[in-house]
Amino acid sequence: MNLILFTFIVLLGFTSYYFGRKKAYTIQSTKKRLTALPQFYGYYLAIWCAIPAFIIFSLWAIFEPTIVKLLVLNDYSNQGYLDDELNLIYEKTKALSRGQFTGEITPFIEASAEKYLSLRSIAQSSKVVIVLSIIIASVAYAYKRISSNSRTREPVEKFLNAVLFTASLAAILTTVGIVFSLIFQTIDFFKVIPLFDFVFGTHWYPAKAFVRDSSEALDPTMYSDTFGAVPIFAGTFFIAFIAMCVAIPIGLMSGIYLAEYASYKVRQYAKPLIEILAGIPTVVYGFFAALTVGPFLKELGTSMGLEVSAESALAAGGVMGIMIIPFISSLSDDVITSVPQSLRDGSYAMGATKSETIKRVIFPAALPGIVGSILLGVSRAIGETMIVVMASGLAANLTLNPLESTSTITAQIVVILIGDQAFGDPKTQAAFALGMSLFLVTLCLNIVALRVVKKYREKYE
Amino acid sequence: MIKIKAKDVDVFYGKKQALFNISLDIEENQVTALIGPSGCGKSTFLRCLNRMNDVIDICSVKGEILINDFNINDKGCDVVRLREKIGMVFQKPNPFPKTLYENVSYGPTIHGIAQSKQEMDEIVETSLKKAALWEEVKDRLHEPGTGLSGGQQQRLCIARAISVRPEVILMDEPCSALDPIATAQIEELIDELKKEHTIIIVTHSMAQAARVSQNTGFFHLGQLIEHGSTDKIFKNPDNKKTQDYITGRFG
Repeated sequence: MNLILFTFIVLLGFTSYYFGRKKAYTIQSTKKRLTALPQFYGYYLAIWCAIPAFIIFSLWAIFEPTIVKLLVLNDYSNQGYLDDELNLIYEKTKALSRGQFTGEITPFIEASAEKYLSLRSIAQSSKVVIVLSIIIASVAYAYKRISSNSRTREPVEKFLNAVLFTASLAAILTTVGIVFSLIFQTIDFFKVIPLFDFVFGTHWYPAKAFVRDSSEALDPTMYSDTFGAVPIFAGTFFIAFIAMCVAIPIGLMSGIYLAEYASYKVRQYAKPLIEILAGIPTVVYGFFAALTVGPFLKELGTSMGLEVSAESALAAGGVMGIMIIPFISSLSDDVITSVPQSLRDGSYAMGATKSETIKRVIFPAALPGIVGSILLGVSRAIGETMIVVMASGLAANLTLNPLESTSTITAQIVVILIGDQAFGDPKTQAAFALGMSLFLVTLCLNIVALRVVKKYREKYE
Repeated sequence: MIKIKAKDVDVFYGKKQALFNISLDIEENQVTALIGPSGCGKSTFLRCLNRMNDVIDICSVKGEILINDFNINDKGCDVVRLREKIGMVFQKPNPFPKTLYENVSYGPTIHGIAQSKQEMDEIVETSLKKAALWEEVKDRLHEPGTGLSGGQQQRLCIARAISVRPEVILMDEPCSALDPIATAQIEELIDELKKEHTIIIVTHSMAQAARVSQNTGFFHLGQLIEHGSTDKIFKNPDNKKTQDYITGRFG
């Protein structure tokens, strides 16, 4: 029903656009000069259609449920029900009206369900009537008002401005909302687990918290050796380090090749091919790491007499590095290409060879941008989840041996939040605390990266 | 004495021919100015002399260019050595984003000219002195070269070019990005430099060509229309086109 109404309003919008423009053409044909192009007259009318529709829809969405509930529960007032009981009755009524009620049906509830349905249909039809009549009235009013010297361009531009502003506001508010949801849960977590234990504890074993019977009282001392985040922070940075050991040299060298050595034709094909790497879903990298690289490393290690775990930090880090190569190569290629040609000419004219020019002039000039690209790569590596979950195991070992399995912050969040969980439980809140710390780390990295890149731009523009 | 002898030089950008049959002799320790309207090929010719056209993929050069009787377009020519002997100053000052000292020591480092730090210091000092920049920058040699004014940057680039004691200095409109005062300083400098170097300067300013050069070549549409002593070209040219260009009737 709502969908039909919505479609109808959209059609009305198009129609009012058409009429607005038509009126503008009519005015134009009388040799009067318009204040704006005819399209603006059309848009102006369409806006007069859209804004009232939006306002009424929102009002309805906000007030209809409350009013219907009040009217339905009105029958039960003065009968001594508590608020909770009233709510329950209302929920039963709604379930029954949808035909989903499975309990015992009392005549009371049946009656209110009927009342509920009739109220809803009244609300619906009155909505249709009110929306349509107000839209038509407002469009008609605007249509009558527009003339050769009415201002239509400014309101249309203002409306566009407002729409675009709302879009960016939505993005910002979402971010803020996410951060707040993290903050409150994190604070709750640290009420139970001391911050000191979390930051400096060396034993991460959230499974222990799973054992607790939820009916028992919360006893903080039982978590004393459960939520020490050092092993997973160490694992995160360790795997990221391995990844960057793979990604930085290969990415940088291929970036330099693409920017300085490759002929136009090679570059044209090679660059998109490398960028395809960035388009592969991480879960695909994950099973590449878990099913191909991991077992291969294990076999290789065994043949050399080393003990290699099938799920090793090396497998996860190595594959993660491959995933990051395109970021570094593509960004550093862009940065190197944007070093002015005049610097290259200056160096060549002094008799420098290509490699000398790159080493002594181009690389230093592009360094801030390259550092920026590497830092962006690092924050990718720290935030990467799937590869670690699949290829490096879930046990949080505190180790610096790349052949053993370790775990990362993101992988632990997955472990904690998979399956049954109870909100308000330290185990679940631990995930929020981890998320918060991860967010802080990547935020700092991104800020540093952006500042470095900005500094670079200032130098050359 | 003839320093550079160009014989039948043709230059192509892809299929488009940019220079036709250029033959030009350059006198040693004199300033030769190349003038002509935009796009006439004078910069292209200049870039042939230190093989800077190699950098452009689609560019190909035919013909002989003899420097000290050695054809630089030969396969056996070592471009690194060639560019050590033939320095270049560009239209826009292009100091490297390094310190002043590093800018000037760049060439000597690449060519392994200085044996010690002390020797390098001397090279940097003499080069900056010859470029008439020493007094202005001697206290801030370790600050970035990009922080200088436009005219100072261009003199820094000249210091960089002469740091390896080149025999020839090519200048591609070295003053076009500078104000009149900086231009006057550079012109004075050019006059000084010709004692030790052979200078070829591309310029759009006829007044500048008349002021600084002893010889002038006039290019038009990829052809060398006329060349000879600056006096003759400016006062009594043989060719009607040269006459028209000099007097400002076209270009």
